[in-house]
Amino acid sequence: MLNGNIAALLYLIAGVLFILALRGLSSPETARQGNRFGVIGMAIAAATTLLYQLPSGFSSFLWVVLAVGIGGSIGVWRARTIQMTEMPQLVALFHALVGLAAVFVAGSALYGPQAFGIGVPNNIHGSTLFEMSLGAAIGAITFTGSVIAFLKLDGRMTGNPILLPNRHAINIGLAILLAVFIFAFIPTEAHFVFWLIVLVSFALGVLLIIPIGGADMPVVISMLNSYSGWAAAAVGFTLANLALIITGALVGSSGAILSYVMCKGMNRSFISVILGGFGGEIAGPPPGEGDVERPPVKQGSAEEAAKILLAAKKVIVVPGYGMAVAQAQHALREMADILKSKGIDVKYAIHPVAGRMPGHMNVLLAEANVPYDEVFELEEINPEFTSADVAFVIGANDVTNPAAKTDSSSPIYGMPILDVENAKDVLFVKRGLGSGYAGVENELFFRNNTTMLFGDAKKMVDSIVKALG
Amino acid sequence: MATEVDPQLLEKIRAAAQAARQAADTAQLYAEQVAAGAAAASGGAIDPFIFRLAIFALAVIVGYYVVWAVTPSLHTPLMSVTNAISSVIVVGALLSAGIDSSLGENSGTARFFGFLALTLASVNIFGGFLVTERMLSMFKKKG
Repeated sequence: MLNGNIAALLYLIAGVLFILALRGLSSPETARQGNRFGVIGMAIAAATTLLYQLPSGFSSFLWVVLAVGIGGSIGVWRARTIQMTEMPQLVALFHALVGLAAVFVAGSALYGPQAFGIGVPNNIHGSTLFEMSLGAAIGAITFTGSVIAFLKLDGRMTGNPILLPNRHAINIGLAILLAVFIFAFIPTEAHFVFWLIVLVSFALGVLLIIPIGGADMPVVISMLNSYSGWAAAAVGFTLANLALIITGALVGSSGAILSYVMCKGMNRSFISVILGGFGGEIAGPPPGEGDVERPPVKQGSAEEAAKILLAAKKVIVVPGYGMAVAQAQHALREMADILKSKGIDVKYAIHPVAGRMPGHMNVLLAEANVPYDEVFELEEINPEFTSADVAFVIGANDVTNPAAKTDSSSPIYGMPILDVENAKDVLFVKRGLGSGYAGVENELFFRNNTTMLFGDAKKMVDSIVKALG
Repeated sequence: MATEVDPQLLEKIRAAAQAARQAADTAQLYAEQVAAGAAAASGGAIDPFIFRLAIFALAVIVGYYVVWAVTPSLHTPLMSVTNAISSVIVVGALLSAGIDSSLGENSGTARFFGFLALTLASVNIFGGFLVTERMLSMFKKKG
């Protein structure tokens, strides 16, 4: 129906709209506009494809409608019902779907190349076969890798690193095998070799992600985001589709940048994350244990905390993932509202790795109706702690630990931290004295100006709200 | 007037023209070599692959700058929206799901894979854009 050149132009327009979609995210004010550009781009791409080559016959058309109907309803249902705390799991699953879709599209290009105008069976161009196998391989790695990431994030699989003996040798062996299969596939176009490529990549995806511990999940999820982009780009090259090539490049670089930002937030090198073995579930000795003699901590009640807060002029709240687990964000906002109504300045400080994926904490606070202009990133807020009367740390630990600056033997040494130690008073809402992901003790707990508020984050904040009332 | 032009100047112009021609010839030579190289690599005319690679490289660079400009507070929506747009892989799924099943013995298989890919990509498109919209609608200013 459509002329090939016009179709290519329309795909280009879709690609440009996708760039604008990401551009919109530079500010919350333009972000929704950007999302709409994305929707329009997608509609243009889909409509162009349908017009360029109408589904042959009525039954084909029915299959298309059926697939979009099934997939679309599942998508709408998940998007409507998902809890914001479960966002990382949903995103991991979405990565998995993109990866698997790339495998299937590459597969169908192999079995029915006529549909894409890339040749006839057993006579597909060598470079196309190369791109096809690359797309299938990256897609397959993304798929199983994301499934493992999902299982870890969802707690259905241990967050501790799973370290196989000789895992590096196994991975290198599989990578070599993968390369051999790809080079065997190009001259032969043998279907079974294609599936061997997919199979090896599935195994590689699992093995690459299982050794990575729970603490590194924000990097993993960004990395898989990047992989899904490269898979899409490789399929784009196979099908010679500009929209797909542009989008793949955008998503690939986006995921790579997010991985970099997350690594920097934890002071971890990308290589060491990939190699795995760091950080499990909450580790460290339970309260009271440990080999070093420590001065007793100052423990406080909700009433005492309320008194300290009311005496303050400026309060900086430091939320961590523990707050989200306890679902304390709404109670926290209530507390902030009361303080603000009494003329106290309240700000929120977000560490880059405060949640379980990039920007997670910002979404959780936004959901609790915290205005985004009260929420600040690490670099913006750190100089302000010296002028703050109270730092209210809730469900966070490692990201406030001064050992990151002073103790070069500490595993978190060099990680950027929020300087809560500079505030006049520090309130710590925590379940116990246990250490965080990194398994390091926080000396802040034992300082004179620190008051520990032990208990469930939500219950504690609820009691503080009552005491403030 | 034209006859009064300084012969020295004429000589200089001629020399410059000569140099330019030589430069052009050299450039032509290089271009031919590059083209020959590309042709050797692609087995004929310059492959449209080079053109696609150029688009790809430029898009990576555009992506680099656009993503660095994204405010860190919107990194989660960034991830969900990139998820949604990477489902533009749906263009491939649509082509293969609608394939004519009389095209060959394997076209039924191709169509089946297309159907699966189309279903998966649809989950992502609808889910991705909607959940992004839902998150973005939560970001409100003070007051």
